[in-house]
Amino acid sequence: MSRQGEATLSPLAALGRVSLGVVNEMGAMLIFLFHAFRLIFSSLGQFAKTVRQIYFIGVKSVIVIALIGLFTGMVMGMQLYFALSMFGADGFLGSGVALSMVRELAPVLTAIMVTGRAGSAMTAEIGVMRISEQIDALETMDINPMGYLVSPKLAASIVSMPLLTAFFNLIAIFGGWLTGVLLLGANAGVYWNRVQSSLDWDDVSGGFVKSLVFAVLVCTVCCFEGYFTHTRKGGVGPEGVSQSTTRAVVTSCVLILISDYVLTSLLW
Amino acid sequence: MPENSPDIVLRDLTIGYGGLAVVSGLNVRLPGGKISVVLGGSGCGKSTLLKHILRLHRPISGDILLGGHDMFSLQGKALHCLKQRIGVLFQDGALLGSLTLGENVALPLREHTRLRDRAVREIVRAKLGLVGLAEFASYYPNELSGGMRKRAGLARAMVMDPDILFCDEPTSGLDPINAAELDQLLLELSRRFSMTMVVVSHDLASMRVIADYVVVLGDGRSLFQGSVEELEKTEDAYLRRFLDRMAQERDEPRLTMPRLDPSMMKIDCSQHLAGTKAVD
Ligand SMILES: Nc1ncnc2c1ncn2[C@@H]1O[C@H](COP(=O)(O)OP(=O)(O)OP(=O)(O)O)[C@@H](O)[C@H]1O
Ligand SMILES: [Mg+2]
Repeated sequence: MSRQGEATLSPLAALGRVSLGVVNEMGAMLIFLFHAFRLIFSSLGQFAKTVRQIYFIGVKSVIVIALIGLFTGMVMGMQLYFALSMFGADGFLGSGVALSMVRELAPVLTAIMVTGRAGSAMTAEIGVMRISEQIDALETMDINPMGYLVSPKLAASIVSMPLLTAFFNLIAIFGGWLTGVLLLGANAGVYWNRVQSSLDWDDVSGGFVKSLVFAVLVCTVCCFEGYFTHTRKGGVGPEGVSQSTTRAVVTSCVLILISDYVLTSLLW
Repeated sequence: MPENSPDIVLRDLTIGYGGLAVVSGLNVRLPGGKISVVLGGSGCGKSTLLKHILRLHRPISGDILLGGHDMFSLQGKALHCLKQRIGVLFQDGALLGSLTLGENVALPLREHTRLRDRAVREIVRAKLGLVGLAEFASYYPNELSGGMRKRAGLARAMVMDPDILFCDEPTSGLDPINAAELDQLLLELSRRFSMTMVVVSHDLASMRVIADYVVVLGDGRSLFQGSVEELEKTEDAYLRRFLDRMAQERDEPRLTMPRLDPSMMKIDCSQHLAGTKAVD
Protein backbone atom coordinates (compact mmCIF):
# COMPACT_ATOMS: atom_id res chain seq x y z
CA MET A 1 0.00 0.00 0.00
CA SER A 2 1.18 3.54 -0.67
CA ARG A 3 2.54 5.69 2.13
CA GLN A 4 -0.51 7.96 1.90
CA GLY A 5 -2.94 5.10 2.02
CA GLU A 6 -1.30 3.81 5.16
CA ALA A 7 -1.43 7.21 6.79
CA THR A 8 -5.16 7.49 6.01
CA LEU A 9 -5.89 4.04 7.37
CA SER A 10 -3.71 4.17 10.48
CA PRO A 11 -6.32 5.87 12.73
CA LEU A 12 -8.79 3.23 11.58
CA ALA A 13 -6.27 0.51 12.28
CA ALA A 14 -5.63 2.00 15.71
CA LEU A 15 -9.38 2.09 16.40
CA GLY A 16 -9.61 -1.52 15.31
CA ARG A 17 -6.76 -2.52 17.58
CA VAL A 18 -8.33 -0.76 20.54
CA SER A 19 -11.74 -2.36 19.94
CA LEU A 20 -10.19 -5.79 19.56
CA GLY A 21 -8.28 -5.20 22.78
CA VAL A 22 -11.46 -4.22 24.64
CA VAL A 23 -13.42 -7.21 23.33
CA ASN A 24 -10.52 -9.49 24.17
CA GLU A 25 -10.32 -8.14 27.71
CA MET A 26 -14.08 -8.45 28.23
CA GLY A 27 -13.94 -12.06 27.10
CA ALA A 28 -11.06 -12.78 29.44
CA MET A 29 -12.97 -11.19 32.33
CA LEU A 30 -16.07 -13.26 31.60
CA ILE A 31 -14.04 -16.47 31.65
CA PHE A 32 -12.38 -15.28 34.87
CA LEU A 33 -15.81 -14.64 36.39
CA PHE A 34 -17.05 -18.03 35.28
CA HIS A 35 -14.17 -19.81 37.01
CA ALA A 36 -14.56 -17.73 40.15
CA PHE A 37 -18.26 -18.60 40.28
CA ARG A 38 -17.64 -22.28 39.71
CA LEU A 39 -15.23 -22.44 42.63
CA ILE A 40 -17.47 -20.67 45.17
CA PHE A 41 -18.97 -24.01 46.20
CA SER A 42 -15.88 -26.13 45.60
CA SER A 43 -15.31 -27.02 49.26
CA LEU A 44 -16.60 -26.48 52.77
CA GLY A 45 -13.57 -24.36 53.57
CA GLN A 46 -14.85 -21.72 51.17
CA PHE A 47 -17.57 -20.82 53.65
CA ALA A 48 -15.15 -19.65 56.33
CA LYS A 49 -13.14 -17.65 53.82
CA THR A 50 -16.30 -16.04 52.51
CA VAL A 51 -17.36 -15.04 56.01
CA ARG A 52 -13.98 -13.37 56.57
CA GLN A 53 -14.37 -11.48 53.31
CA ILE A 54 -17.92 -10.43 54.22
CA TYR A 55 -16.44 -8.92 57.34
CA PHE A 56 -13.88 -7.04 55.29
CA ILE A 57 -16.06 -5.97 52.35
CA GLY A 58 -19.37 -5.58 54.17
CA VAL A 59 -19.01 -4.94 57.87
CA LYS A 60 -16.03 -2.65 57.60
CA SER A 61 -17.83 -0.54 54.98
CA VAL A 62 -20.84 0.16 57.18
CA ILE A 63 -19.57 3.39 58.73
CA VAL A 64 -18.54 4.88 55.39
CA ILE A 65 -21.82 3.90 53.80
CA ALA A 66 -23.72 5.40 56.73
CA LEU A 67 -21.88 8.71 56.38
CA ILE A 68 -22.30 8.90 52.62
CA GLY A 69 -25.93 7.83 52.87
CA LEU A 70 -26.73 10.35 55.57
CA PHE A 71 -25.28 13.31 53.71
CA THR A 72 -26.66 12.27 50.33
CA GLY A 73 -30.11 12.05 51.90
CA MET A 74 -29.70 15.37 53.68
CA VAL A 75 -28.62 17.18 50.51
CA MET A 76 -31.42 15.54 48.58
CA GLY A 77 -34.00 16.53 51.20
CA MET A 78 -32.81 20.10 51.11
CA GLN A 79 -32.59 20.52 47.33
CA LEU A 80 -35.89 18.78 46.64
CA TYR A 81 -37.62 20.80 49.33
CA PHE A 82 -36.49 24.08 47.74
CA ALA A 83 -37.41 22.94 44.24
CA LEU A 84 -40.78 21.43 45.18
CA SER A 85 -41.88 24.23 47.46
CA MET A 86 -41.55 26.66 44.51
CA PHE A 87 -44.61 24.91 43.12
CA GLY A 88 -46.19 24.32 46.49
CA ALA A 89 -45.56 20.64 46.01
CA ASP A 90 -43.38 20.02 49.05
CA GLY A 91 -45.71 17.23 50.05
CA PHE A 92 -43.97 15.13 47.40
CA LEU A 93 -40.61 15.44 49.16
CA GLY A 94 -40.89 11.88 50.52
CA SER A 95 -41.54 10.45 47.05
CA GLY A 96 -38.63 12.33 45.56
CA VAL A 97 -36.10 11.28 48.16
CA ALA A 98 -37.27 7.67 48.35
CA LEU A 99 -37.47 7.06 44.61
CA SER A 100 -34.17 8.69 43.70
CA MET A 101 -32.39 6.80 46.47
CA VAL A 102 -33.90 3.37 46.00
CA ARG A 103 -33.75 3.35 42.22
CA GLU A 104 -30.49 5.15 41.49
CA LEU A 105 -28.34 6.76 44.09
CA ALA A 106 -28.10 4.05 46.72
CA PRO A 107 -26.95 1.24 44.39
CA VAL A 108 -24.57 3.47 42.45
CA LEU A 109 -23.00 5.32 45.36
CA THR A 110 -22.69 2.15 47.43
CA ALA A 111 -20.96 0.39 44.57
CA ILE A 112 -18.58 3.29 44.06
CA MET A 113 -17.75 3.42 47.77
CA VAL A 114 -17.17 -0.33 47.88
CA THR A 115 -14.89 0.00 44.85
CA GLY A 116 -12.85 2.64 46.61
CA ARG A 117 -12.69 0.88 49.94
CA ALA A 118 -12.65 -2.84 49.20
CA GLY A 119 -12.12 -3.09 45.44
CA SER A 120 -8.82 -1.24 45.43
CA ALA A 121 -7.64 -3.34 48.36
CA MET A 122 -8.54 -6.52 46.46
CA THR A 123 -6.48 -5.46 43.45
CA ALA A 124 -3.51 -4.44 45.58
CA GLU A 125 -3.61 -7.59 47.70
CA ILE A 126 -3.86 -9.99 44.76
CA GLY A 127 -1.35 -7.96 42.75
CA VAL A 128 1.24 -8.06 45.51
CA MET A 129 0.69 -11.80 45.89
CA ARG A 130 1.27 -12.18 42.18
CA ILE A 131 4.54 -10.28 42.02
CA SER A 132 5.95 -11.92 45.16
CA GLU A 133 5.33 -15.44 43.78
CA GLN A 134 2.68 -16.18 46.41
CA ILE A 135 0.20 -17.09 43.68
CA ASP A 136 2.79 -19.39 42.10
CA ALA A 137 3.30 -20.95 45.52
CA LEU A 138 -0.45 -21.59 45.86
CA GLU A 139 -0.44 -23.17 42.43
CA THR A 140 2.41 -25.52 43.31
CA MET A 141 0.63 -26.51 46.54
CA ASP A 142 -2.28 -27.59 44.31
CA ILE A 143 -4.47 -24.88 45.79
CA ASN A 144 -6.38 -23.15 43.02
CA PRO A 145 -5.52 -19.45 43.47
CA MET A 146 -8.84 -18.48 41.89
CA GLY A 147 -10.75 -20.56 44.39
CA TYR A 148 -8.59 -19.47 47.28
CA LEU A 149 -8.43 -15.75 46.53
CA VAL A 150 -11.15 -14.69 44.12
CA SER A 151 -14.19 -16.87 44.78
CA PRO A 152 -14.62 -15.93 48.47
CA LYS A 153 -14.36 -12.26 47.52
CA LEU A 154 -16.97 -12.71 44.80
CA ALA A 155 -19.38 -14.51 47.11
CA ALA A 156 -18.81 -11.93 49.82
CA SER A 157 -19.44 -9.05 47.41
CA ILE A 158 -22.68 -10.64 46.25
CA VAL A 159 -23.85 -10.97 49.84
CA SER A 160 -22.60 -7.61 51.10
CA MET A 161 -23.51 -5.21 48.33
CA PRO A 162 -27.34 -5.55 48.48
CA LEU A 163 -27.24 -5.30 52.27
CA LEU A 164 -25.06 -2.21 52.16
CA THR A 165 -27.38 -0.73 49.54
CA ALA A 166 -30.43 -1.39 51.72
CA PHE A 167 -28.65 0.21 54.66
CA PHE A 168 -27.74 3.21 52.49
CA ASN A 169 -31.43 3.57 51.56
CA LEU A 170 -32.55 3.60 55.19
CA ILE A 171 -29.99 6.15 56.27
CA ALA A 172 -30.56 8.36 53.23
CA ILE A 173 -34.34 8.48 53.68
CA PHE A 174 -33.72 9.33 57.31
CA GLY A 175 -31.31 12.07 56.15
CA GLY A 176 -34.00 13.50 53.87
CA TRP A 177 -36.32 13.62 56.85
CA LEU A 178 -33.66 15.41 58.92
CA THR A 179 -33.30 18.32 56.51
CA GLY A 180 -36.71 18.37 54.78
CA VAL A 181 -38.89 17.89 57.84
CA LEU A 182 -36.85 18.74 60.91
CA LEU A 183 -34.85 21.63 59.52
CA LEU A 184 -37.04 23.12 56.80
CA GLY A 185 -40.43 22.27 58.20
CA ALA A 186 -42.17 19.93 55.76
CA ASN A 187 -44.93 17.84 57.31
CA ALA A 188 -43.56 14.66 58.89
CA GLY A 189 -46.68 12.56 58.42
CA VAL A 190 -46.90 13.47 54.75
CA TYR A 191 -43.19 12.73 54.27
CA TRP A 192 -43.34 9.18 55.66
CA ASN A 193 -46.66 8.51 53.99
CA ARG A 194 -45.23 9.51 50.61
CA VAL A 195 -42.10 7.43 51.16
CA GLN A 196 -44.26 4.42 51.79
CA SER A 197 -46.92 4.93 49.13
CA SER A 198 -44.64 5.91 46.23
CA LEU A 199 -42.31 2.94 46.53
CA ASP A 200 -43.42 -0.12 44.58
CA TRP A 201 -41.94 -3.55 44.91
CA ASP A 202 -40.52 -2.98 41.40
CA ASP A 203 -38.45 -0.07 42.65
CA VAL A 204 -36.98 -2.06 45.50
CA SER A 205 -36.29 -5.16 43.44
CA GLY A 206 -34.81 -3.03 40.66
CA GLY A 207 -32.37 -1.46 43.09
CA PHE A 208 -31.59 -4.93 44.40
CA VAL A 209 -30.84 -6.25 40.90
CA LYS A 210 -28.59 -3.26 40.28
CA SER A 211 -26.64 -3.83 43.45
CA LEU A 212 -26.13 -7.50 42.55
CA VAL A 213 -24.87 -6.60 39.10
CA PHE A 214 -22.54 -3.97 40.54
CA ALA A 215 -21.21 -6.43 43.11
CA VAL A 216 -20.23 -8.93 40.43
CA LEU A 217 -18.82 -6.18 38.24
CA VAL A 218 -16.67 -4.50 40.87
CA CYS A 219 -15.30 -7.75 42.24
CA THR A 220 -14.54 -9.19 38.81
CA VAL A 221 -12.76 -6.09 37.52
CA CYS A 222 -10.74 -5.53 40.70
CA CYS A 223 -9.66 -9.14 41.15
CA PHE A 224 -8.92 -9.53 37.44
CA GLU A 225 -6.65 -6.50 37.37
CA GLY A 226 -4.70 -7.76 40.40
CA TYR A 227 -4.51 -11.33 39.18
CA PHE A 228 -3.03 -10.40 35.82
CA THR A 229 -0.96 -7.43 36.93
CA HIS A 230 2.23 -9.18 35.76
CA THR A 231 1.00 -9.48 32.17
CA ARG A 232 0.45 -5.76 31.74
CA LYS A 233 2.80 -3.65 29.72
CA GLY A 234 3.95 -0.45 31.35
CA GLY A 235 4.74 -0.92 34.99
CA VAL A 236 6.26 -3.98 36.60
CA GLY A 237 6.72 -4.74 40.26
CA PRO A 238 5.18 -2.40 42.84
CA GLU A 239 4.58 0.25 40.19
CA GLY A 240 2.66 -2.26 38.12
CA VAL A 241 0.47 -3.07 41.12
CA SER A 242 -0.25 0.60 41.73
CA GLN A 243 -1.15 1.07 38.08
CA SER A 244 -3.40 -1.96 38.16
CA THR A 245 -5.13 -0.60 41.24
CA THR A 246 -5.78 2.74 39.58
CA ARG A 247 -7.04 1.02 36.45
CA ALA A 248 -9.29 -1.26 38.46
CA VAL A 249 -10.94 1.64 40.31
CA VAL A 250 -11.41 3.76 37.19
CA THR A 251 -12.72 0.86 35.09
CA SER A 252 -15.09 -0.23 37.86
CA CYS A 253 -16.55 3.26 38.29
CA VAL A 254 -17.03 3.79 34.57
CA LEU A 255 -18.61 0.37 34.15
CA ILE A 256 -20.89 0.99 37.15
CA LEU A 257 -22.28 4.15 35.57
CA ILE A 258 -22.61 2.64 32.09
CA SER A 259 -24.34 -0.47 33.34
CA ASP A 260 -26.52 1.69 35.60
CA TYR A 261 -27.83 3.47 32.52
CA VAL A 262 -28.41 0.18 30.70
CA LEU A 263 -30.13 -1.39 33.71
CA THR A 264 -32.34 1.65 34.30
CA SER A 265 -33.56 1.59 30.72
CA LEU A 266 -34.18 -2.15 30.90
CA LEU A 267 -35.81 -2.29 34.31
CA TRP A 268 -38.30 0.57 34.22
CA MET B 1 12.20 -47.18 40.21
CA PRO B 2 10.12 -47.32 43.38
CA GLU B 3 6.76 -45.60 42.94
CA ASN B 4 7.41 -43.00 45.66
CA SER B 5 10.74 -41.75 44.40
CA PRO B 6 10.12 -40.75 40.80
CA ASP B 7 12.78 -39.82 38.28
CA ILE B 8 12.64 -36.43 36.61
CA VAL B 9 13.40 -36.53 32.92
CA LEU B 10 13.96 -33.49 30.75
CA ARG B 11 13.93 -34.26 27.04
CA ASP B 12 15.19 -31.75 24.43
CA LEU B 13 13.92 -29.08 26.74
CA THR B 14 14.10 -25.42 25.81
CA ILE B 15 12.76 -22.98 28.38
CA GLY B 16 12.39 -19.23 28.61
CA TYR B 17 9.96 -16.37 28.80
CA GLY B 18 7.82 -14.96 26.01
CA GLY B 19 9.44 -17.12 23.34
CA LEU B 20 12.96 -16.03 24.36
CA ALA B 21 15.05 -19.04 25.34
CA VAL B 22 16.97 -18.87 28.62
CA VAL B 23 18.25 -22.45 28.58
CA SER B 24 18.01 -24.68 25.54
CA GLY B 25 18.61 -28.27 24.55
CA LEU B 26 18.44 -29.80 28.01
CA ASN B 27 18.59 -33.60 28.14
CA VAL B 28 18.80 -34.63 31.76
CA ARG B 29 17.62 -37.49 33.95
CA LEU B 30 17.53 -36.53 37.61
CA PRO B 31 17.61 -39.83 39.50
CA GLY B 32 14.69 -40.76 41.77
CA GLY B 33 15.27 -40.98 45.50
CA LYS B 34 18.50 -39.01 45.23
CA ILE B 35 19.51 -35.40 45.71
CA SER B 36 20.30 -33.59 42.49
CA VAL B 37 21.96 -30.21 42.75
CA VAL B 38 21.58 -27.66 39.99
CA LEU B 39 24.56 -25.32 39.94
CA GLY B 40 25.22 -22.29 37.83
CA GLY B 41 26.06 -18.63 37.83
CA SER B 42 23.58 -16.00 38.89
CA GLY B 43 20.95 -15.42 36.23
CA CYS B 44 21.74 -18.55 34.23
CA GLY B 45 18.20 -19.89 34.50
CA LYS B 46 18.15 -22.19 37.53
CA SER B 47 14.97 -20.75 38.99
CA THR B 48 13.53 -20.63 35.49
CA LEU B 49 14.16 -24.36 35.12
CA LEU B 50 12.46 -25.06 38.44
CA LYS B 51 9.40 -23.01 37.52
CA HIS B 52 9.07 -24.86 34.25
CA ILE B 53 9.35 -28.26 35.91
CA LEU B 54 6.64 -27.09 38.30
CA ARG B 55 4.35 -26.31 35.38
CA LEU B 56 4.18 -22.59 36.18
CA HIS B 57 5.38 -21.80 32.67
CA ARG B 58 5.05 -23.76 29.46
CA PRO B 59 8.39 -24.81 27.93
CA ILE B 60 9.20 -23.43 24.50
CA SER B 61 9.82 -26.98 23.31
CA GLY B 62 10.58 -30.43 24.69
CA ASP B 63 9.11 -32.58 27.46
CA ILE B 64 9.26 -32.74 31.22
CA LEU B 65 8.41 -36.09 32.78
CA LEU B 66 7.94 -36.61 36.51
CA GLY B 67 7.95 -40.32 37.26
CA GLY B 68 7.03 -40.89 33.63
CA HIS B 69 4.08 -38.48 33.69
CA ASP B 70 3.95 -35.43 31.48
CA MET B 71 2.56 -32.69 33.72
CA PHE B 72 1.14 -30.78 30.79
CA SER B 73 -0.95 -33.66 29.49
CA LEU B 74 -2.17 -34.85 32.89
CA GLN B 75 -5.65 -33.73 33.87
CA GLY B 76 -8.21 -33.92 36.64
CA LYS B 77 -7.55 -36.10 39.69
CA ALA B 78 -4.29 -37.48 38.30
CA LEU B 79 -2.84 -33.98 38.05
CA HIS B 80 -3.99 -33.18 41.60
CA CYS B 81 -2.38 -36.38 42.88
CA LEU B 82 0.92 -35.57 41.23
CA LYS B 83 0.91 -31.95 42.39
CA GLN B 84 0.14 -32.91 45.96
CA ARG B 85 3.19 -35.18 45.98
CA ILE B 86 5.45 -32.23 45.23
CA GLY B 87 6.85 -29.75 47.74
CA VAL B 88 8.50 -26.49 46.73
CA LEU B 89 10.71 -23.99 48.49
CA PHE B 90 10.82 -20.79 46.46
CA GLN B 91 13.91 -18.62 46.29
CA ASP B 92 12.49 -16.08 48.71
CA GLY B 93 10.11 -18.31 50.59
CA ALA B 94 6.89 -17.11 48.94
CA LEU B 95 5.02 -17.42 52.22
CA LEU B 96 1.51 -15.95 52.16
CA GLY B 97 1.83 -12.54 53.78
CA SER B 98 -1.66 -12.56 55.27
CA LEU B 99 -1.13 -15.78 57.23
CA THR B 100 1.10 -16.50 60.21
CA LEU B 101 3.95 -18.99 59.86
CA GLY B 102 1.86 -21.67 61.49
CA GLU B 103 -1.09 -21.04 59.19
CA ASN B 104 1.24 -20.99 56.20
CA VAL B 105 2.68 -24.37 57.07
CA ALA B 106 -0.76 -25.74 57.91
CA LEU B 107 -2.30 -24.56 54.66
CA PRO B 108 -1.58 -27.63 52.47
CA LEU B 109 -2.74 -29.94 55.29
CA ARG B 110 -5.98 -28.03 55.74
CA GLU B 111 -6.69 -27.96 52.01
CA HIS B 112 -5.77 -31.52 51.10
CA THR B 113 -6.20 -33.75 54.13
CA ARG B 114 -8.98 -34.81 56.46
CA LEU B 115 -6.76 -34.34 59.50
CA ARG B 116 -8.35 -32.86 62.60
CA ASP B 117 -7.31 -29.48 63.89
CA ARG B 118 -5.21 -30.94 66.68
CA ALA B 119 -3.34 -33.29 64.41
CA VAL B 120 -2.64 -30.44 62.01
CA ARG B 121 -1.27 -28.28 64.81
CA GLU B 122 0.97 -31.08 66.01
CA ILE B 123 2.41 -31.70 62.55
CA VAL B 124 2.99 -27.98 62.06
CA ARG B 125 4.77 -27.68 65.40
CA ALA B 126 6.96 -30.67 64.52
CA LYS B 127 7.87 -29.39 61.06
CA LEU B 128 8.62 -25.89 62.33
CA GLY B 129 10.73 -27.52 65.03
CA LEU B 130 12.73 -29.36 62.36
CA VAL B 131 13.83 -26.02 60.90
CA GLY B 132 14.28 -24.41 64.31
CA LEU B 133 11.28 -22.11 64.21
CA ALA B 134 8.95 -23.76 66.72
CA GLU B 135 8.53 -20.58 68.78
CA PHE B 136 7.72 -18.43 65.79
CA ALA B 137 4.47 -20.08 64.68
CA SER B 138 2.41 -17.00 65.47
CA TYR B 139 4.68 -14.53 63.64
CA TYR B 140 3.77 -13.06 60.28
CA PRO B 141 6.29 -13.50 57.44
CA ASN B 142 7.26 -9.83 57.37
CA GLU B 143 8.16 -9.99 61.05
CA LEU B 144 10.95 -12.47 60.27
CA SER B 145 14.43 -12.33 58.79
CA GLY B 146 15.14 -13.57 55.29
CA GLY B 147 16.82 -16.74 56.54
CA MET B 148 13.91 -17.48 58.85
CA ARG B 149 11.44 -17.02 56.00
CA LYS B 150 13.47 -19.42 53.93
CA ARG B 151 13.45 -22.05 56.67
CA ALA B 152 9.72 -21.58 57.16
CA GLY B 153 9.30 -22.03 53.41
CA LEU B 154 11.11 -25.35 53.71
CA ALA B 155 8.83 -26.39 56.57
CA ARG B 156 5.83 -25.66 54.36
CA ALA B 157 7.41 -27.49 51.40
CA MET B 158 7.88 -30.68 53.40
CA VAL B 159 4.72 -30.58 55.50
CA MET B 160 2.89 -33.01 53.22
CA ASP B 161 5.88 -35.41 53.22
CA PRO B 162 6.15 -35.11 49.45
CA ASP B 163 7.80 -37.59 47.10
CA ILE B 164 9.58 -34.83 45.23
CA LEU B 165 11.05 -31.77 46.91
CA PHE B 166 12.29 -28.75 44.99
CA CYS B 167 14.44 -26.21 46.84
CA ASP B 168 15.59 -22.98 45.30
CA GLU B 169 18.77 -21.98 47.13
CA PRO B 170 17.82 -23.36 50.54
CA THR B 171 21.07 -22.30 52.22
CA SER B 172 21.58 -18.85 50.74
CA GLY B 173 21.16 -16.15 53.35
CA LEU B 174 21.73 -18.59 56.21
CA ASP B 175 24.63 -18.55 58.65
CA PRO B 176 27.09 -21.50 58.41
CA ILE B 177 25.57 -23.36 61.36
CA ASN B 178 22.00 -23.11 60.11
CA ALA B 179 23.15 -23.93 56.59
CA ALA B 180 24.89 -27.08 57.82
CA GLU B 181 21.81 -28.03 59.87
CA LEU B 182 19.67 -27.61 56.79
CA ASP B 183 22.00 -29.75 54.69
CA GLN B 184 21.73 -32.49 57.31
CA LEU B 185 17.94 -32.18 57.28
CA LEU B 186 17.80 -32.52 53.49
CA LEU B 187 20.11 -35.53 53.63
CA GLU B 188 18.00 -37.18 56.31
CA LEU B 189 14.79 -36.55 54.40
CA SER B 190 16.27 -37.99 51.27
CA ARG B 191 17.67 -41.08 53.01
CA ARG B 192 14.69 -41.82 55.27
CA PHE B 193 11.85 -41.23 52.85
CA SER B 194 13.89 -41.72 49.67
CA MET B 195 12.54 -38.43 48.40
CA THR B 196 13.61 -37.20 45.02
CA MET B 197 15.18 -33.80 45.60
CA VAL B 198 16.20 -31.07 43.26
CA VAL B 199 18.23 -28.41 45.00
CA VAL B 200 19.29 -25.23 43.26
CA SER B 201 22.40 -23.80 44.83
CA HIS B 202 25.50 -21.67 44.52
CA ASP B 203 26.79 -23.07 47.75
CA LEU B 204 29.68 -25.38 46.83
CA ALA B 205 30.24 -26.56 50.40
CA SER B 206 26.61 -27.58 50.67
CA MET B 207 26.73 -29.19 47.22
CA ARG B 208 29.68 -31.35 48.28
CA VAL B 209 27.76 -32.55 51.32
CA ILE B 210 24.37 -33.32 49.83
CA ALA B 211 24.70 -33.94 46.10
CA ASP B 212 24.29 -37.37 44.57
CA TYR B 213 24.02 -35.91 41.10
CA VAL B 214 25.01 -32.52 39.72
CA VAL B 215 23.82 -30.49 36.77
CA VAL B 216 25.69 -27.30 35.92
CA LEU B 217 23.89 -24.73 33.81
CA GLY B 218 25.59 -21.87 32.04
CA ASP B 219 25.84 -20.20 28.71
CA GLY B 220 22.19 -21.04 27.97
CA ARG B 221 22.74 -24.80 28.14
CA SER B 222 23.80 -27.63 30.40
CA LEU B 223 27.59 -27.56 30.91
CA PHE B 224 27.92 -30.68 33.01
CA GLN B 225 25.89 -33.55 34.40
CA GLY B 226 27.17 -36.37 36.50
CA SER B 227 28.30 -37.26 40.00
CA VAL B 228 30.20 -34.96 42.35
CA GLU B 229 33.39 -37.02 41.89
CA GLU B 230 33.23 -36.58 38.13
CA LEU B 231 32.63 -32.86 38.59
CA GLU B 232 35.63 -32.50 40.89
CA LYS B 233 37.86 -34.13 38.28
CA THR B 234 36.68 -31.94 35.41
CA GLU B 235 39.18 -30.19 33.18
CA ASP B 236 36.73 -27.65 31.78
CA ALA B 237 38.10 -24.14 32.41
CA TYR B 238 34.81 -22.53 33.43
CA LEU B 239 33.85 -25.39 35.71
CA ARG B 240 37.30 -25.34 37.33
CA ARG B 241 36.95 -21.63 38.03
CA PHE B 242 33.48 -22.25 39.42
CA LEU B 243 34.67 -25.05 41.69
CA ASP B 244 37.83 -23.29 42.84
CA ARG B 245 35.88 -20.11 43.38
CA MET B 246 38.34 -18.24 41.22
CA ALA B 247 37.87 -14.88 39.57
CA GLN B 248 38.62 -14.45 35.91
CA GLU B 249 42.30 -13.69 35.24
CA ARG B 250 42.81 -10.17 34.01
CA ASP B 251 45.84 -8.44 32.53
CA GLU B 252 44.60 -4.94 33.21
CA PRO B 253 43.01 -3.59 36.37
CA ARG B 254 39.26 -3.12 36.17
CA LEU B 255 38.90 0.00 38.28
CA THR B 256 40.09 2.56 35.80
CA MET B 257 37.51 5.23 36.56
CA PRO B 258 38.45 8.06 38.91
CA ARG B 259 36.76 8.03 42.29
CA LEU B 260 33.63 10.18 42.73
CA ASP B 261 34.73 13.80 43.27
CA PRO B 262 33.72 14.88 46.85
CA SER B 263 33.24 18.45 45.67
CA MET B 264 30.29 17.21 43.55
CA MET B 265 28.28 16.22 46.65
CA LYS B 266 25.27 18.45 47.29
CA ILE B 267 26.17 18.65 50.98
CA ASP B 268 29.75 19.64 51.71
CA CYS B 269 30.57 16.89 54.21
CA SER B 270 34.08 18.06 55.04
CA GLN B 271 32.59 21.26 56.39
CA HIS B 272 29.56 19.84 58.24
CA LEU B 273 31.28 16.93 59.93
CA ALA B 274 34.29 18.98 61.04
CA GLY B 275 34.11 19.95 64.70
CA THR B 276 31.14 17.69 65.52
CA LYS B 277 33.19 14.79 66.93
CA ALA B 278 32.14 13.87 70.45
CA VAL B 279 35.54 12.48 71.47
CA ASP B 280 38.80 12.31 69.66
N1 LIG C 1 9.47 -13.33 34.49
C1 LIG C 1 10.51 -13.18 33.67
N2 LIG C 1 10.36 -12.66 32.44
C2 LIG C 1 11.39 -12.54 31.59
N3 LIG C 1 12.65 -12.91 31.88
C3 LIG C 1 12.89 -13.43 33.08
C4 LIG C 1 11.84 -13.59 34.05
N4 LIG C 1 12.38 -14.14 35.16
C5 LIG C 1 13.70 -14.30 34.90
N5 LIG C 1 14.00 -13.88 33.66
C6 LIG C 1 15.33 -13.92 33.02
O1 LIG C 1 15.74 -15.27 32.97
C7 LIG C 1 17.11 -15.39 33.25
C8 LIG C 1 17.30 -16.44 34.32
O2 LIG C 1 16.70 -16.03 35.52
P1 LIG C 1 16.61 -16.98 36.78
O3 LIG C 1 15.81 -16.31 37.81
O4 LIG C 1 16.18 -18.32 36.33
O5 LIG C 1 18.15 -17.04 37.23
P2 LIG C 1 18.82 -17.91 38.37
O6 LIG C 1 19.74 -18.85 37.70
O7 LIG C 1 17.79 -18.46 39.27
O8 LIG C 1 19.69 -16.80 39.13
P3 LIG C 1 19.95 -16.63 40.70
O9 LIG C 1 20.99 -17.63 41.06
O10 LIG C 1 20.47 -15.23 40.82
O11 LIG C 1 18.66 -16.84 41.40
C9 LIG C 1 17.60 -14.02 33.67
O12 LIG C 1 18.36 -13.50 32.60
C10 LIG C 1 16.37 -13.19 33.85
O13 LIG C 1 16.56 -11.89 33.37
MG1 LIG D 1 17.14 -18.09 41.14
